[in-house]
Amino acid sequence: MSNNTNTLMRIFLVLVMGTFVSACSTNPRVDGDVADKAYYDAGKLVAKDGDYMVKDDYDPWEGFNRTMYRFNYHLDRYVLLPVVDGYQFITPDPVETGIHNFFNNIREIPTFFNSVFQLEFTKSYQTAGRFVTNTTVGLLGFLDAATYFGIPKHKEDFGQTLGYWGVGNGPYLVLPLFGPSSARDGIGLGVDTLMMSAVYNELDMKSEEELALMVMNGIDTRANTSFRYYETGSPFEYELVRELWLQKRKLDIEK
Amino acid sequence: MKKALALLLTGLYAVSVWANQQPYDFPTLGSTYSSYAATVVGTLPEVAADLPEENPMSSSRIRIFEDRQVPDPFFFDETLRYSYAWQDEAAPLVFMIAGTGASHNGAKNVEMGKAFYHAGFHVVSISSPTYMNFIVSASENSVPGHAYEDAKDIYRVMEKIREKHKSRVEVTDYYVTGYSLGGFNAAFVTKLDEERQSFNFRKALLINPPVSLYNSISLLDRMSQNIPGGADNFDQFLNSLMDEVSKVYQKSDTVDMDGEFLFKAYKALDPNNEELAALIGVSFRLSSSSLIYTSDVINQYGFVVPSNVTMTRNSSPGDYMVVANQLGFTDYFHGFFYPYYKPQHPELDREGFARTMNLEALESYFKSSDKIEVMHNADDIILAPGEIDFFPRVFGDRAKIYPKGGHCGNMSHRDNVAHMISVFKN
Repeated sequence: MSNNTNTLMRIFLVLVMGTFVSACSTNPRVDGDVADKAYYDAGKLVAKDGDYMVKDDYDPWEGFNRTMYRFNYHLDRYVLLPVVDGYQFITPDPVETGIHNFFNNIREIPTFFNSVFQLEFTKSYQTAGRFVTNTTVGLLGFLDAATYFGIPKHKEDFGQTLGYWGVGNGPYLVLPLFGPSSARDGIGLGVDTLMMSAVYNELDMKSEEELALMVMNGIDTRANTSFRYYETGSPFEYELVRELWLQKRKLDIEK
Repeated sequence: MKKALALLLTGLYAVSVWANQQPYDFPTLGSTYSSYAATVVGTLPEVAADLPEENPMSSSRIRIFEDRQVPDPFFFDETLRYSYAWQDEAAPLVFMIAGTGASHNGAKNVEMGKAFYHAGFHVVSISSPTYMNFIVSASENSVPGHAYEDAKDIYRVMEKIREKHKSRVEVTDYYVTGYSLGGFNAAFVTKLDEERQSFNFRKALLINPPVSLYNSISLLDRMSQNIPGGADNFDQFLNSLMDEVSKVYQKSDTVDMDGEFLFKAYKALDPNNEELAALIGVSFRLSSSSLIYTSDVINQYGFVVPSNVTMTRNSSPGDYMVVANQLGFTDYFHGFFYPYYKPQHPELDREGFARTMNLEALESYFKSSDKIEVMHNADDIILAPGEIDFFPRVFGDRAKIYPKGGHCGNMSHRDNVAHMISVFKN
């Protein structure tokens, strides 16, 4: 993985998380002085300079990340998923789709700004077109008229913008609630959130209303994400998710 | 007039005969049909059974062993996950057992569940005994792959699930089915039921089961030899595969890597048989490495993780994961499975032991009981040459062999779905 981390970013996050990180070691416990040799001995079978993609992802905060990954599982199981189930139970399907469209429409706003920041004018133009179409013809976004008219959909966030301007991922980072991310994209998420908050302020929204909107947005996002923690059936799920997430982000930035 | 009528009737008859003799239509993506392509791509929408999109099944969890303490890294797998859908009134119930490394909510069991549910059955879907969650929460010794031990584990799970829901659901008759290894499991579960008589299954349907487990795992392990540079280049192969898919992704106008995108990617890449075999090999390799590592850590067997090393909740599997990824099911058989069970069967050598895990071991039972039926494909890639003949020879009319479909590729085909339902309806 690339090591060209934005130094400032790194210092900032290390300061914030240093305490957590040092608290959780990722080494297994060895009874006795040295580990025995297993039937298939890793010492012999793993080349020191081998190129093992899943193992070699840049993850200096692994201890913290694994703890947070587990935290998210519990949050999911005992809070988020029950709420999502309740939401889906009481909401008729067409209404659910309408609400999903509504939030997707709002999510065009950060995509628009970030497309502009990346000098992607076709994307900005199309995204603006989608937003205007859906807000008007699509009745405040409850109908996805833009897709019906064939206007392509994009997704850009501030993490991608930073990536576009050459900022590397930095260390892999599992965020509470949001899940897989990186130092760079964690900051990107903060910027996007501030951006949305500014938009809400422009609309003269009361803080309760803003909060309600954010909570609904979260529920809608979770309801439309099929991923479930610890259900891949792999004991290497943490590594697989990390690898896939890093790959996907790399592609999103190049796209 | 009479003549015209006769002509018309003859014509109608001819049409109906022609319709019945229509060759089995099983198209696939890519430039040519092959059993590998069929296995990877599965059933295309144009020939698939018409089933609703929504999955009728709900997921749930159940504790199988009251006093089970699971090792730290598997803290989330203390209970077994499964899924079910009940009819409103009394109905027959179908238990479905997933294939190697697959979960209760994997695509194949979900599709099958839809079909049986909409045909009026209660359905219960169970993960494969080789699936991590099952190994941790529901396997007596957590050394899966043993035909008879797995059958006992599955049987216990079925009884527990029935017990849990008995006040809510009224069952008229019990049926069992499974695909791939799940089909193989279903045979041994039905045999066990003859002794225990807890369910008295009316019928069992084995879908694409292996004949000899050992032959099938050898074939699958050999498929990963198609990885350029051999199976040890597992990581590099995944890397290059990812690159290929990335290129397609960047050119496509979708933002989601969903099923539709993968369809497009497949068409664009148009993989050849060697590449497809490597892909199938990789998918089984992911199953075998998960199984091996899980089983090893639970039993502290010292197979990949040294026995004096304890993995904690935060432990990174690191190099042990790299080693596990290099191991196939045959490595597991020779280095772990056989030595583990050897004390129970000191009289059997490796081959003799492997032979007890054959469908052939149940041949006389299959011949004497008409409750077991088979649905299979002549070009299934997990069978050694000639093994397919076992089914018509032993099951006679109770074996339905389709000419195409590879390994389980045609399970959603409308003819196959209709056949599955008719086996349990009649």
